[in-house]
Amino acid sequence: MNNRILVCVGTSGVSAGAEKVAANFRSELEQRGLGDSWELVRTGDRGLFRDVLVDIITPELGRVTYEFVKPEDVAELCEKHIARGEAVERLKAGSDYEKFFAGQTRIALSNCGEIDPEDIEAYIALDGYAALKKALGMTQEQVIDEVKRSGLRGRGGAGFPTGLKWELTWKEKSDEKYMVCNADEGDPGAFMDRSILEGDPHSVLEGMAIAAYATGANHGYVYCRAEYPLAVKRLRKAITQATQKGYLGENILGSGFSLDIQVKEGAGAFVCGEETALMASIEGARGMPKPRPPYPSQSGLWGKPTTINNVETLANVRHIILRGAQWYASIGTEKSKGTKVFALAGKVKNTGLVEIPMGTTIRDLIFGPGGGMVNRRRKIKGIQIGGPSGGCLPESLLDTPIDYESITKTGAIMGSGGFVVMDTSTCMVDIARFFLSFTVAESCGKCVPCRVGLQRMLEVLEKITAGKGTAEDLEFLAKMGESVKDTALCGLGNTGPNPAITTMKYFADEYKAHIEEKRCPAHVCVDLVDFEVDEEKCTKCGLCFKACPTGAVQWKPKEFARIEMEKCIKCKACIAACNFDAIH
Amino acid sequence: MNIDLSEAAKAIDKYRDKKGALIPLLQEIQDIYGYVSSQAIGMIAHELNIYPVHIYGVLTFYTQFYLTPRGKHTIKVCQGTACHVMGGKELLDYLADKLGVEVGETTEDRNFSLERVACLGCCGIAPVIMVDEDFYGRCTIKDLDALLDKYTEDDSSGSLNGNVHNLHKKRNKPKSN
Ligand SMILES: Cc1cc2nc3c(=O)[nH]c(=O)nc-3n(C[C@H](O)[C@H](O)[C@H](O)COP(=O)(O)O)c2cc1C
Ligand code: FES
Repeated sequence: MNNRILVCVGTSGVSAGAEKVAANFRSELEQRGLGDSWELVRTGDRGLFRDVLVDIITPELGRVTYEFVKPEDVAELCEKHIARGEAVERLKAGSDYEKFFAGQTRIALSNCGEIDPEDIEAYIALDGYAALKKALGMTQEQVIDEVKRSGLRGRGGAGFPTGLKWELTWKEKSDEKYMVCNADEGDPGAFMDRSILEGDPHSVLEGMAIAAYATGANHGYVYCRAEYPLAVKRLRKAITQATQKGYLGENILGSGFSLDIQVKEGAGAFVCGEETALMASIEGARGMPKPRPPYPSQSGLWGKPTTINNVETLANVRHIILRGAQWYASIGTEKSKGTKVFALAGKVKNTGLVEIPMGTTIRDLIFGPGGGMVNRRRKIKGIQIGGPSGGCLPESLLDTPIDYESITKTGAIMGSGGFVVMDTSTCMVDIARFFLSFTVAESCGKCVPCRVGLQRMLEVLEKITAGKGTAEDLEFLAKMGESVKDTALCGLGNTGPNPAITTMKYFADEYKAHIEEKRCPAHVCVDLVDFEVDEEKCTKCGLCFKACPTGAVQWKPKEFARIEMEKCIKCKACIAACNFDAIH
Repeated sequence: MNIDLSEAAKAIDKYRDKKGALIPLLQEIQDIYGYVSSQAIGMIAHELNIYPVHIYGVLTFYTQFYLTPRGKHTIKVCQGTACHVMGGKELLDYLADKLGVEVGETTEDRNFSLERVACLGCCGIAPVIMVDEDFYGRCTIKDLDALLDKYTEDDSSGSLNGNVHNLHKKRNKPKSN
């Protein structure tokens, strides 16, 4: 069928009303008697937050993308574009949309937002399962060798070479081996794995099947985060479809190789993303990490050799097998090959998922696909990369290329892809406190450095943000940070101090302002804000008045705003609403 | 409290001989009852021949499990990075204060349970809160009062499924440049 309408109905699309938009298209098409000549495709998220994205594809106009489509816009789109063949200029995606995609190289995300994830035929039509077929015709060594030469490294955070990991499991002699997909995605600002699972679940299953074949595993698990119900549903459906088609199950495609895959739902614990904890959780126990070695490739799930890979890692595999190691290795830098998906968030214009070649600089990511800062009056202060295990980098490091080595050198880590842009309205001490409070809450409590050390660090940061910090506190944070890093049992503790350490290194001024001047330059730390209106900056616009939930802000047109402290609950709604930094 | 455990018994039978079945079993029991009662724990321990303390260990490790009944509506306030930067913490503090509960607790009238969640995956409309299955994006403190009223008065609002309410009024298509 040549006439197609694509509606993004992934979680973020749904959260903006995509289901209604799709339903309206369906009923409009039927009313117009076009139900047979038009195909309505419900796709996963494409990665850009433009509320609801709709593409209308016809031979005459080609592909036209509309953004911020509301249910009530559907009638106009049908009347003009579908009935009369005229694009609706008002809703057309603008230059920001083009810019967002122009700077990307989409491999892992190639199908996301393009196909119906619940329809295996749509996946097969785009070379789906062709890589599995090809791999089954190769020897195990050949598959491993191809992945090794591609230079693919794990996208779950640590960046371990994937081919080497497979080889280690392959070399183990055992009656049983397991293949596990890590879909626990715990970084509180990253959601690429979810988008891949929701938008293209078969690509992950195909990657798992190839990995299982190469390593000799006959049982697979996808361990999926509890908060991702849609991903779980689509995975289960995809597994059923793939099994019916013979891509999973007994004697796959007549090769003699068999693989069953089960979905395990997590139960809400960040540390379960750590591989040994994850396997304990699959076994039905508390998800506590274990010391390594032994590594999972030697003794993993139920003591058997196990390969564990991240969702995004696995989504790359089929492209490598189909197009060859050389092609993949031609993308990226010398030591970091291919692409990485980032969840771009914070104070940039375009927020969403971007897939960029390794080696792209931080600046190019922000001002290319990111479209620059959202509020032109505010300057960029820095970025946070790698979530709770990562770090904050200042503006002076914006030209750092994004690859494993360069990012690690700064003290941050590549991580799983959280990327938050911060402007002058963000307080770096508060950010350090935020991530540490997350890590402390998620610490499993098994080892002392993490359980006690991080807690102490958090207490000190809370003291500083409350305006009670002293110069010795900084020394303490630095020392404690280093010892926790050196002595914690697992990656959670080893990397937990990073946000504090990097902010102290790169944003020392802000710590100084909090400690010596009892001042929070970004007006974020409540105890250090006076809630006074600066009449030199106030433009009398009244936005603070409208935002105040308690009536504490007094304002009349053409008058300065004033805050009555008896009514003020210090919720900072006025500060958030003010465009002129006029409330301190 | 007397609880009908026949459904729990069925669930136990279903998972009895499966490897690594404890967590899925507890998830299923929670789906049925809304929480995992001490009676249910006793029954699992007895039937599967494991110590209750082992089951408690698992239940208290994972944030998803509840040992007490939940409120009619669950409010989840996103505390992910993007929502934090956009004011998610203030929303949570305000709700906790207004409802008079701590995070993880349920109001006395059992109408609301308050929870935090790390990234709901819609950072583009941060800060986000979720009431039952509905998302509310670009949420401000002022919106919360109206929202609580709505869920207090209107019995049917809990059944809206996956609907979205974009609370930011002026967010139309922004001009590209
Ligand atoms: C505290 C902690 C949390 C982690 N969370 C995740 C996660 O959510 N997803 C993931 O793929 N890997 C996570 N990892 C990394 C895994 O332990 C493991 O390295 C990864 O799944 C291996 O897959 P890869 O080689 O394909 O990256 C985490 C590690 C630690 C220490
Ligand atoms: S951080 Fe709140 S939705 Fe992502």
